[in-house]
Amino acid sequence: MAEHTSNELSALVGMGEERRQSPVGASYGKLMMWIFLFSDALTFGGFLVALGLTRYSYGGAWPIGEETFEGLPFIAGSYPLAFVAFMTFLLILSSVTMVLAVEAGHRMDKKGVTKWLLATIIGGLIFLGSQAWEWSHFIHGTNFGRVELSDGSQAIVKGKFGEINNFEVLRAGSYYAGIEGAITNENIAPEDKNLMHAFRHAAASRKLSGTSEALQLVLHDGTVAKVNKEKDENLHMIVKVPGAVHPVSTAAHKDTWIHEEDGSVDLYYEGLTNGRVTYGANMQENEYGPQIYSNFFFFVTGFHGFHVTLGIIVNIVVFVNVLKGTYERRGHYEMVEKGGLYWHFVDLVWVFVFTFFYLI
Amino acid sequence: MAEERDDIIEYSLYTHHSEEEGKKKRKKIWQVTLILSIVTAVEVILGIFVKQHSDLWLTIKILFIILTVVKAAYIVMTFMHMGDEHKILRRGILWVYIIFILYMIFLIVGEGAALYPRMYNFPW
Repeated sequence: MAEHTSNELSALVGMGEERRQSPVGASYGKLMMWIFLFSDALTFGGFLVALGLTRYSYGGAWPIGEETFEGLPFIAGSYPLAFVAFMTFLLILSSVTMVLAVEAGHRMDKKGVTKWLLATIIGGLIFLGSQAWEWSHFIHGTNFGRVELSDGSQAIVKGKFGEINNFEVLRAGSYYAGIEGAITNENIAPEDKNLMHAFRHAAASRKLSGTSEALQLVLHDGTVAKVNKEKDENLHMIVKVPGAVHPVSTAAHKDTWIHEEDGSVDLYYEGLTNGRVTYGANMQENEYGPQIYSNFFFFVTGFHGFHVTLGIIVNIVVFVNVLKGTYERRGHYEMVEKGGLYWHFVDLVWVFVFTFFYLI
Repeated sequence: MAEERDDIIEYSLYTHHSEEEGKKKRKKIWQVTLILSIVTAVEVILGIFVKQHSDLWLTIKILFIILTVVKAAYIVMTFMHMGDEHKILRRGILWVYIIFILYMIFLIVGEGAALYPRMYNFPW
């Protein structure tokens, strides 16, 4: 069969069997996968180099990973980089299960390939879910947001945001006129979603007034209410863009931050009640740093997430073929190896994204 | 039903191995896993404890880049089997990429540093 065809071919081109070997010693499919990965690596390399250029051109105003990415799902508090570390570890593990699937394929061990490939797909799905959570966290932003202080400087705000207990109605509008007692998360209007959302919305649209001790806001129907809120703890500000009074703070030197004894609380609420606050991130504004910072976040991690999605689809197709015995009949599991190359590449890219976007 | 395609069968069968060889290869895979996990853990711990703009930061930054390249090398050489490939394929892909990307980094990061004084007070 195969012998026959190759002999005929060799005779046709007039050279011996031994000279028919490929100079790279790999099958066409594998070689093409490498060439594709090479070009894809150039694309990601281009992104990361562009990130480097932009970052260098902003100097100290560029946000720091451990200040921006410190949240965990279901748990309140600050855990810098913990979630990204988990995601990195997860992707490395799914790379390991993939290489074990390839190894099982080299032994024609169908059961082994099935098991490890399934583990890889599950790992990929968990990673994608984690990325979705991180995006939503990044877009939603923190409870404090970023404020512009009275001297024109821009500062990100850290600490523990005091919980909002309820809104005490002072002058009821059309919707809240029928409500007895204070507005809580149970009886709040769907338009206002919840207390925190209503508070942030009021602050961003200049409908919040007063001081840190006595805050008042206007809700969607014109209701004027007093905000009953716990005191914020350890509220401090890190100045990212200098103003007339406040110079830029650095992460390493806490004395360059604005602490409570420097009047951080009053400064913060002064900015907040004047509407000079930005919450979360989108393509027009973000609270973490220069606009292009969040654009890079969306673009780099988004493009990587797109690759993960494609990798999962490829793995599922290969998995179905493993179950159907396609590769068993073909006599080799090279397709698992080719899919594996792509999957490892996705892991490889994340290793670099992790360093250059989050760590440095 | 085996398909009569000599182009596929020829090379893909070279990579087949026995149960004993598989054992050795799996051991190697788990060793690399351990190395990658330790390197990642070290990176995260350093990232948390050494603050940016501190005196140590430049050293740590260079260390991060070295560790990243080490991790990448393990992934490419072991997980992607680049170490076992024919040297023409290996060099053709890796050397070309490394030379090109070093050139890009040299060019672009230098440009970025030159832009810095002009863009510092850029509005957000």
